[in-house]
Amino acid sequence: MKKILELTNVSAGYDQELILTDVNFTVYEQDFIGIIGPNGGGKTTLVKLILGMIKPAAGKIEYFGSRGHNHIGYLPQVSTTDRDFPISVLEVVLSGLMSVKGRGFYSAKEQKLAHEVLEMLGIGLLAKKSIGKLSGGQMQRVYLGRAIIARPQLLILDEPNTFVDNKFEHDLYELLRVLNNEMAILMVSHDVGTITSYIKTIACVNRNLHYHPSNVITQSQLNAYNCPIQLITHGHVPHTVLGIHQHNFPNE
Amino acid sequence: MAMCLTRFWEYINIIFPMNKGIFELLQYDFFTNALWASVLASISCGIAGSYIVARRMVFVSGGITHASFGGIGLAWFLGLNPVLGAAVFSIFTALGIEFFTTRTKIREDSAIGIWWSLGMALGIIFIFITPGYAPNLMSYLFGSILTVSRTDLWLMGGLSALLIFIFLRYYHLILFISFDEAYARSHQAPVSFFKYLLISLVALTIVLNIRVAGIILVISFLTIPPSIANLFTHSMVKVMAGAVAAGLLGSIAGLIVSYYFNIPSGATIIFAFVLMFAIAKVIQRASVHAKMRAQVDALRKAIK
Repeated sequence: MKKILELTNVSAGYDQELILTDVNFTVYEQDFIGIIGPNGGGKTTLVKLILGMIKPAAGKIEYFGSRGHNHIGYLPQVSTTDRDFPISVLEVVLSGLMSVKGRGFYSAKEQKLAHEVLEMLGIGLLAKKSIGKLSGGQMQRVYLGRAIIARPQLLILDEPNTFVDNKFEHDLYELLRVLNNEMAILMVSHDVGTITSYIKTIACVNRNLHYHPSNVITQSQLNAYNCPIQLITHGHVPHTVLGIHQHNFPNE
Repeated sequence: MAMCLTRFWEYINIIFPMNKGIFELLQYDFFTNALWASVLASISCGIAGSYIVARRMVFVSGGITHASFGGIGLAWFLGLNPVLGAAVFSIFTALGIEFFTTRTKIREDSAIGIWWSLGMALGIIFIFITPGYAPNLMSYLFGSILTVSRTDLWLMGGLSALLIFIFLRYYHLILFISFDEAYARSHQAPVSFFKYLLISLVALTIVLNIRVAGIILVISFLTIPPSIANLFTHSMVKVMAGAVAAGLLGSIAGLIVSYYFNIPSGATIIFAFVLMFAIAKVIQRASVHAKMRAQVDALRKAIK
C-alpha cells in the first residue's frame, strides 16, 4: 500500500513543555485509524503536527501526496468561527476548494460539486441559508462538506461526534465508510466503544503513540500501552464487542 | 418644547425662502466636492466597514481612528500635511495591534486601549507645544465635508478603486480566511499577509474619511451602513453593496441638512444613518413577522 504520511521520531509541544515524544507513525492509503487517549495526552497536538499548524521540536514529518499539507481535509473539534458571519452554507463548503486553489473564483462545475456534497450530507436544502440559521449538528455537516470537497487523500476528524445528534452519528459513520474507499481517515475520539465497528485500526496517544493493528482492543492492552482510557460500550449504536475486560477505574 | 418648535419653524422660514435649491448649490465647487466626497466615502466605508463588521473589528477600528490623532498632532508640530501624519500613525497602529496580539500575550482589547489613548495623548501634547492657535482642529474631530479639497478627492478615489479591486479579485480567499482563520492556517493560506493587508486598508479608509466624518464619528460611517445591509442579507458581497447604497443615501441626506442648518457634516450624516437604521430595523421585523404569518396561514390551510 502507498504511504500518505510518515512521522519519524517526532517530538513536539508548546512553550518548552513536550507533549509528544518520539512518535513514529505511518498512514497508508485506505487506512481508517481511530486515535484514542486521555485528555492532555497529545491527540490534538498530533493532529496539529500533521496539519502543519505546529512544527515538530525534533524528528521529521513527510508527506507523500502531490499537494503537501493541502491534501488533507480537516474537521475541527471546536470551531472558533462566528455564527453571525455573513456567509452561506454553499460558500462555506466551496471555501474548502480555496485550500487547494489559493485564489480566484468558483466555476459552475465546482458549484455543482458543492451541491452534490451537500446532498450527500443530507443538507442539500440548506445550501442558500446563512450559517447563523443552522443547528450545531447541521453546522458539523457543513464543516465536513468543506473538508471533503477537495477530495483530500487524508481526512482528519477531531471528535466528530461532539455536536452530532444520534441519528446523524450513524449516518456520519456510514458516510465515512464510503469516503474511506477514496481517502484515508484519521478519527480522534474519546468514545472508543462507538467507533470500533467502523475504524480498522487504533492508535493510542499518551505522550507517545502505540499503534494497534486491529479494531478490537482490550483493557489490558490499553494498560500495556499506558493509555488510561476506559473501554465503555453503550447505547444502541452498532459496535464490535470488545474483548473481555474489566471496568477498572484508576482510583479504585 | 414649544420653544424648540418655533425655533425650528424659524429655521425653515429663514432657509427655504432664500431659495438655495439643490441644483443651484451644484454650481459651487465646494458643494460638488462634498457630493463626490460623500460618494467616495460611501464606497470605501461600505467595503471596509463590511469587513470590519463581519470580523467584529469595530473596537480595533476605533483604536486606529483615535490613535491617528497622534499623527495629526505630530504633523501639525512639524508643519507637514496632517492627513499624511494620520496615515502613517494609523497604519503603524493597525499593524502594531495585529502584531502584538498575535505575537505576544497581550490581550487584543488591552492593546487597543493602550494605542487608542496613547494616540490621543500624543496628539494633544504636540498641538499644545506647537506655537500659535490650531484653528481647524475641530474639523478633524468632527469632520467638515464642505472643505474637502481636490487632492482629498483623488486620494479617496484611489482608495475606493484599490478596495474594489482587492475585494473583487480576492473575494473568496478573503471570505475563506476571515470566516475560519484556524482552518485557513491549517491549509497554509496566506492568513497573516491578508490580515496585515486588510487592516492597513482599513486604517487608510479611516484616515481618508476623517475629513468627512471626523475622528469621533468616522467609526459610525464604517459600522452603521453595513449593519443596515446586514439586517436584510447574509451574503458578504450583498452586505458590501447594500452598505455602499445606505452610505450614499445617509451621507447625501446628512450633507444637505448640514449645509442648510450649518451643523458639522459628520454629526448630521451619522444622525441620518442612525435614523435609517431604526427605520430599517422596523421594516425588517415587520417583514419577518409577515413571512412567519404567511407560513402559519399556509399550514392552517393545508390542515383544513
